[in-house]
Amino acid sequence: MATDVHRAVSPDRAGQEEPAAVRVQGLSRTFDGRRVVDGLELTVRSGEFVALLGRSGCGKSTLLKILTGLDREIEGAVLVPRRKATAFQAPRLMPWKKVWRNVLLGLPGKPERAVAERALAEVGLDHRVDAWPKTLSGGEAQRASLARALVREPDLLLLDEPFGALDALTRIKAQRLVGELWQQRGCAVLLVTHDVEEAVLLADRVLVMDDGVIAHETEIDLPRPRDIADPGFAELRTHLLDHLGVEAPTPAPAPAHAHASASASA
Amino acid sequence: MSISHAPPPNEIADIGGTSPSTAPPQPLPAPLLEPLPSTSTTRHRARVPRWLRRLSGPLLLLLAWQLASASGVLTADVLASPGTIARVGRDLIADGSLTSAMGVSLQRVALGVLLGAVVGTVLALLSGLFRAGEDLVDASVQMLRTVPFVGLIPLFIIWFGIGEAPKVAIITLGVTFPLYLNVYAGIRGVDAQLIEAGQSLGLSRWGLVRHVVLPGALPGAMTGLRFSLGVAWLALVFAEQVNADSGIGFLMVQARDFLRTDVIVVCLIVYAFLGLFADFVVRTLERLLLQWRPTFTGQ
Repeated sequence: MATDVHRAVSPDRAGQEEPAAVRVQGLSRTFDGRRVVDGLELTVRSGEFVALLGRSGCGKSTLLKILTGLDREIEGAVLVPRRKATAFQAPRLMPWKKVWRNVLLGLPGKPERAVAERALAEVGLDHRVDAWPKTLSGGEAQRASLARALVREPDLLLLDEPFGALDALTRIKAQRLVGELWQQRGCAVLLVTHDVEEAVLLADRVLVMDDGVIAHETEIDLPRPRDIADPGFAELRTHLLDHLGVEAPTPAPAPAHAHASASASA
Repeated sequence: MSISHAPPPNEIADIGGTSPSTAPPQPLPAPLLEPLPSTSTTRHRARVPRWLRRLSGPLLLLLAWQLASASGVLTADVLASPGTIARVGRDLIADGSLTSAMGVSLQRVALGVLLGAVVGTVLALLSGLFRAGEDLVDASVQMLRTVPFVGLIPLFIIWFGIGEAPKVAIITLGVTFPLYLNVYAGIRGVDAQLIEAGQSLGLSRWGLVRHVVLPGALPGAMTGLRFSLGVAWLALVFAEQVNADSGIGFLMVQARDFLRTDVIVVCLIVYAFLGLFADFVVRTLERLLLQWRPTFTGQ
């Protein structure tokens, strides 16, 4: 188990290669004899936005858990930056702490409330600083969770289907917010999702995970901000859906239907 | 297809998708509309304070009792009337015997609850937080708690004599178990997702306990405290009726010897009010400490 989850990957240590935010080599994770992750290789460049797609049970959540450092029963080498943060599908705010205390939870030293206020302002939640988590709407809670991740000034931001539980309108806003924050911060992002459109909309590179390995990858070189109506967008979506085992509908799809099938839950 | 709301009935055929282009369905006759009554809380309820509303039930009970006594259904040798009891109560307070007895009893309960709370909480933390602690503590506690604690009174008298110690010890024992069980269950009931979130935020082991596990176990601890206080009064009654020379229980034993049902009832009422007071304390604590809880609070 040659694993060092906490060693920072700096450009000089990585040697001749370009600076990386994640470097995974020969990673395997076994649950009761079943290899969920099986010799996986993955590199995320520093500042890169990578989306990880895959069907349910393909091991993508396990991979994210390993990168977060929550699962250490692994074989292989995993290098991630010390400063990393995770936003989960559920906001996972501590219900007994007010929003700003949630944001500061786990930060070293005794950070001031102003630090939390700044982070909350960044996600547009500066008016709910003193609220109890139970009073937040789904979108607000997810933004608070995002602020809690960003306040750590991560070199790597891990997002585990963070928009999965949001309604369609809130999801669009949240996706935009993440895109903007990524451009401002310049940190590397690994977004685990099962929404192909979301992946194409946000990522520099889309990976498809299958049978415990990265089975396919596609560079997305569409100009930002991206438009779902772009023909290049539709092409990439069809291409990726193909790799996920979802065939494109045969008749010319009406836009509403195309959307529904693109977000076919994995 | 994503259907985010229940479709109106006349769309069902479309969604089934078997025959998309059948004749338009027959329109249903217009439904009869009825107004929904408003239950806006600002109208009536604000006028009567909450504590007064909570008091009305016991007051009605008291009224029924007085009526039964006045009409002769309830004779004085079975149970004195509320009026008599109030007079006797006043007399007992006036000569100082009731207040001093109450003081002694309260002191016993306070000491017993304090000791029991410390023991129960420490044991629960040991077995809740550490697997080794669980193996060591939980089995023994689960075994001991099945012993009726009142049955230990003779043993305690032999061990501690007939002074204050056995009485406090009985209360301590009664308090320990319900608190232990609930704090332990509270700790083990903390959402694993929140623990993971805490870990991913870089909390240390102690940080996790302090910021995630203990606050998460607080609702359980409060339930345990309630049970404990209930048991504490029960234990007090038992403890004070054996070899006591002071306290409410002693007053009751004396009253029994003189067949004074009125004094007995006064003492029972005092017990009841002390219990009510304890409940009030816990309620206040819950309101202050658990205001974050997103739970149903009644309509």
